[in-house]
Amino acid sequence: MSKTVTGVRKNRKTSFSDTLKKWWGQRYLQLMVLPGILWMLVFNYLPMGGIIIAFKKFKITKSISEAPWVGFRYFKEFFQDSNFKDVMVNTLGISLLKLCIGFALPIIFALLLNELRGMRFKKVTQTISYLPHFLSWVVLGGIMTTWLSKEGVINDFLMMVHILKEPVSFLGEPKYFWGVALISDIWKELGWSAIIYLAAITGVDQQIYEAATVDGAGKLQKIFYVTLPSITGTIAIMLILQVSGLLNSNFDQILILKNQVNVARSQVIDTYVYQVGMTLGKYSYATAVGLFKSVIALMLLLIANKTCKKLLGRSLY
Amino acid sequence: MKINKHKHIKRSRGAVIFDTLNAIFMVLLCFLCVYPIWYVIVNSFNDAKDAMMGGIYWWPRKLSLENYRTVFADSSVAQAFKVTIGKTLLGTALNVFFTAMVAYPLSKEKLVGRKFYMAMGTITMFFAGGMIPTFILFKQLHLLNNFLVYIIPAAFNFFNLLIFINFFREIPASLEESAEIDGASVWKIFMRIILPLSKPVLATIALFAGVGQWNDYWGGLMYMTNRVDLEPIQTFLYRMVAQVQSSQMANSATNIIAADTTSTSIKLAAMVITTLPICCVYPFLQKYFVKGMMVGAVKE
Repeated sequence: MSKTVTGVRKNRKTSFSDTLKKWWGQRYLQLMVLPGILWMLVFNYLPMGGIIIAFKKFKITKSISEAPWVGFRYFKEFFQDSNFKDVMVNTLGISLLKLCIGFALPIIFALLLNELRGMRFKKVTQTISYLPHFLSWVVLGGIMTTWLSKEGVINDFLMMVHILKEPVSFLGEPKYFWGVALISDIWKELGWSAIIYLAAITGVDQQIYEAATVDGAGKLQKIFYVTLPSITGTIAIMLILQVSGLLNSNFDQILILKNQVNVARSQVIDTYVYQVGMTLGKYSYATAVGLFKSVIALMLLLIANKTCKKLLGRSLY
Repeated sequence: MKINKHKHIKRSRGAVIFDTLNAIFMVLLCFLCVYPIWYVIVNSFNDAKDAMMGGIYWWPRKLSLENYRTVFADSSVAQAFKVTIGKTLLGTALNVFFTAMVAYPLSKEKLVGRKFYMAMGTITMFFAGGMIPTFILFKQLHLLNNFLVYIIPAAFNFFNLLIFINFFREIPASLEESAEIDGASVWKIFMRIILPLSKPVLATIALFAGVGQWNDYWGGLMYMTNRVDLEPIQTFLYRMVAQVQSSQMANSATNIIAADTTSTSIKLAAMVITTLPICCVYPFLQKYFVKGMMVGAVKE
């Protein structure tokens, strides 16, 4: 018994010194990684440690260690908060809309773009479709507040084609907010999100298409039986990422479109954390809300990853 | 052209209809992508008071450069632009160089502790401390109301690191080996061989980081608690948009027209100036970032 144990120990010791030797041999490489590791420790891992203030009564004037523990008090407070229902409904509502509609559109766009005849036309369309992605949400928000007002372009147009009789203030009424958020998000990211699918489509073996043509497959059949199955892996990975971000509303977008009038349908977890934490100074409470979000997001990621692995044999790791 | 004709001698009527509809749809889509920006440009070149009456869709009614003159003369706008340009140049350069430097050793299978480092980074992609703990940390590090808050916390990005690693792996090892035999140090190999060969990926990451810096309004809003002079143009614009929105809510339309004329026109002109540089740059980098995106999606 004891012999084998020491034997194992010896082995470990030698392998450890081997590792040290190897490390020393590549010390300059290690020296190049080190700053990155330090950076991550400071800017990623220290804030993770700072999460403990969610369980403490923290005041900005004093240090974290001085703050008294309060357990899950702030989580309970959040669940009983009168805003809890609205915030959750809005976060999930907007995200699910974006998931159900916003997720499929780039795939369809990529498929259609791929069918386009004329390389030049295809290239130009592609380039133009990326344009909105490079606008900032502030600029887009500035355009939208003008366009969506009662005197704006959208009302002019909708009244011209007789969809509307009376001008509507789209950002001035809560009920329109989800739609506005969804459409503006699609407008901004449709072309950009299609890049990955397009690249995947380009990677499909041309011989399969030729074989399908010989077998007499039409355009639609080729899309459904050749192209789509070939890019399932890419779709699965994008889906996992999207599902894990279900509670991650687009903060930049919501913050600029939100106002006091539409707040009932525009307040999401992220903006709520910002408002409660930064405007009202309730740091511990806001951190608890943020942590609640992060934990659920992580669980969603794991579930989505596992489901995809089972159903499609694809996963992130 | 000729090849096209040859290839598709026989096309069914269905295919022709499909292609036509598809082409029309794409043209419409392009129009929808470009028109909002065109609208802003046209209105920004129009006389401010005249533009208030609306109805300017395709071309300026009363051509005027006054808005741009006002913007360029306004000292706070000029200051905000200086901050934006400064943080974009510095932040992008540092992010690209620093991330590449850390990625290079991590692209080597033989690196001791590589798996641990990669796991450490992967975790940061899916879990973060969040808004408030980050704010408190920055306060303790004296980064609040400090220009460096735009630079140092943005110096590194793990997602970009993955793109770098995937690219570095494609570089033939023989190049490095022969340099090693010649006695070149690791640093020299990185600077003289790896980086010059990595121009496409450097361009991609520079574009991602640069657009991120240029478009960010959040940093100025969150971390400049009493230094308005260190706010970038996007934060400046954010305040204008938020302000206009709240005054629209008050529904005193006449009030806005009289008082807000200059602020709206400044807003439009500033929007054009902030948007145009990126619009001019990205088409030229397209072939690079398409590859970069692909690599990022495939991941390790």
